[in-house]
Amino acid sequence: MSDARGHALSLREVSKHYGSFAAVERVSLEVGQGEFLTLLGPSGSGKTTILMAVAGFVTPTAGSILLDGADITPLPPEKRNFGMVFQGYALFPHMTVVENVAFPLRVRGLSRADRDAKVRAALDLVQLGQFADRLPKQLSGGQQQRVALARALVFDPNLLLLDEPLSALDKKLRAELQEELKALHRRVGRTFINVTHDQEEALSMSDRIAILNHGKLIQHGAPGALYERPRTRFVADFLGKSNFLDGTVRDSRPGGFALENGASRLAVALPDGEAPPADGTRSLLSLRPEKIDLLPEGQSADNVLEGRVVSWAYLGTGFSLRIATEALGEIRANLPAWRSAFAPTEGLPVRLGWDARAAVPVAEDAP
Amino acid sequence: MTGTGRAGVGWWLLILPAFALLLAFYIAPIVQVLAISVTDPEPGLGNYERIFTSGAVQRVILTTLRICAITTVLALLLGYAIAYAITLASPRARGWWVLAVLVPLWISVLVRAFAWVTLLRRQGLVNNTLMNAGMISEPLPLVWNEFGIIVGMVHYMVPFAVLPMLASMREIDPRLLAAARGLGATRFEVFRRVFLPLSMPGIIAAGVLVFIFSLGFYITPAILGGGKTLMVAEWISLQILDLIRWGLGTMMATMLVVAILVTLAVFSRVVDLRRIFGAGG
Repeated sequence: MSDARGHALSLREVSKHYGSFAAVERVSLEVGQGEFLTLLGPSGSGKTTILMAVAGFVTPTAGSILLDGADITPLPPEKRNFGMVFQGYALFPHMTVVENVAFPLRVRGLSRADRDAKVRAALDLVQLGQFADRLPKQLSGGQQQRVALARALVFDPNLLLLDEPLSALDKKLRAELQEELKALHRRVGRTFINVTHDQEEALSMSDRIAILNHGKLIQHGAPGALYERPRTRFVADFLGKSNFLDGTVRDSRPGGFALENGASRLAVALPDGEAPPADGTRSLLSLRPEKIDLLPEGQSADNVLEGRVVSWAYLGTGFSLRIATEALGEIRANLPAWRSAFAPTEGLPVRLGWDARAAVPVAEDAP
Repeated sequence: MTGTGRAGVGWWLLILPAFALLLAFYIAPIVQVLAISVTDPEPGLGNYERIFTSGAVQRVILTTLRICAITTVLALLLGYAIAYAITLASPRARGWWVLAVLVPLWISVLVRAFAWVTLLRRQGLVNNTLMNAGMISEPLPLVWNEFGIIVGMVHYMVPFAVLPMLASMREIDPRLLAAARGLGATRFEVFRRVFLPLSMPGIIAAGVLVFIFSLGFYITPAILGGGKTLMVAEWISLQILDLIRWGLGTMMATMLVVAILVTLAVFSRVVDLRRIFGAGG
């Protein structure tokens, strides 16, 4: 495990059809050396099918999968040398922790001495040395998860594939293991491909996220870039929460435009290099609830909107408000709780304001 | 789960009638019959002495054990292959497979024994076919010997071997097999290191079941053995019905019951028999 070079994987136009149903439709994706990539999507989005195709359990209907430029599409799973952590871990119930971790080495015909040294190193890596002789059912969920990780890493795999590795754990443990998994990724320096439907998990662990829906790759990029500049309504909605405002484009110019909706005109600023939509076309804006401020009397912002509180929830870190506005319908806004002495009540009139850079134009999803 | 205190007593009262019925009409008569082994022809353990002194008695016991052992091994091998195929089959094919395994169980054991006689006798289908093909010049002795008995018994026992093994195999998480391959094991290694060990409880259960069933087998050996190869059950019937030697016959019957109980006792230490024979757990 001292060898810290990861391997690069590329998917080229990979499709998987079951009869007339397309589970995966022409997905192309590059995974760089040592990268932590997460395939994120709702159930049925094809993310697991892609992972299984990479692992070799599913043969793509079309397209190819390359490891460091070499085509591995026809190879069976046992020839790919990929470590995998299965959903539910799939630990062998009749083997102890040591035997489980030694399994990949045993089937590779390693000598006992080599095996022992590697197994010990792998168990130390996940801090499970003292549980070596227990059976999986004698371990907690988190410990089982670590055994699965040790087993998947012990044979110096080219890639580590994780199929919803944290989904079976409770929320607190999940947060802990997210950090651990990320630290582990840094320590071993290997390429990790993770599958999840949990957007928080994807945001916190990944170097890069690929968002899938209905078998298609919708958008991929660094977590921050995806969150800040979602390209479609689906991405904005799936990764975090969002308000959607639609209207007609006016006053289009490099660097921004105005969105006209009835009597209101919203100012929208675009980052450098992003072409504005043409005047007169319909456009949809995604506006994150936490980017909306409550404006005190006399203060102004690029966009100002009057409304009344419909309902509110206290979340500890802040308030989540639903606000009815005459101009744009219902808007969600999240406010930090500790900075203001804000006491929401239903029906309370409020003034909302947000920066012109806060709203992002997104495309409607293809039907 | 047993209840405690008053509730527990209530449960016991519920099964009391069934227990009394069983005691009066099943256990008591059996004990009474088995008791003849120490009273007839004279009180004492004279009949049991015959196990150590009589060559005929020893031969019957050895023949029975040998036939049962061979039958168990063959039924397990065939049954394992069938159960494995059923486990890996698609859900629709699985239903047909299970039906194919169960159908023979619904056909009378007598009919099946005579069917084998028709197939295996000197002018039977098998011998005729082989002779016509010129592969043999003399009919093979396929029936009215140990070979015939084993063929008939294995045929009868295979479903009993398949069902416990199938139940045990169905409990194996298919993800474990995928995981093993993903970790670098070939299909054969997956079978040897993961599937086979995990199906072991089913193999043991099937083995115990088939062996115990085989010990007391009567009709199949009687018909396919043709009276030349005697197994324990037929020998008992011969002693009691033809030779009117009740003491000797019931002695052997007692030995049969003891052998079954010992087998169960030994294996109940190895595996959880309650789980195997269907009590949830």
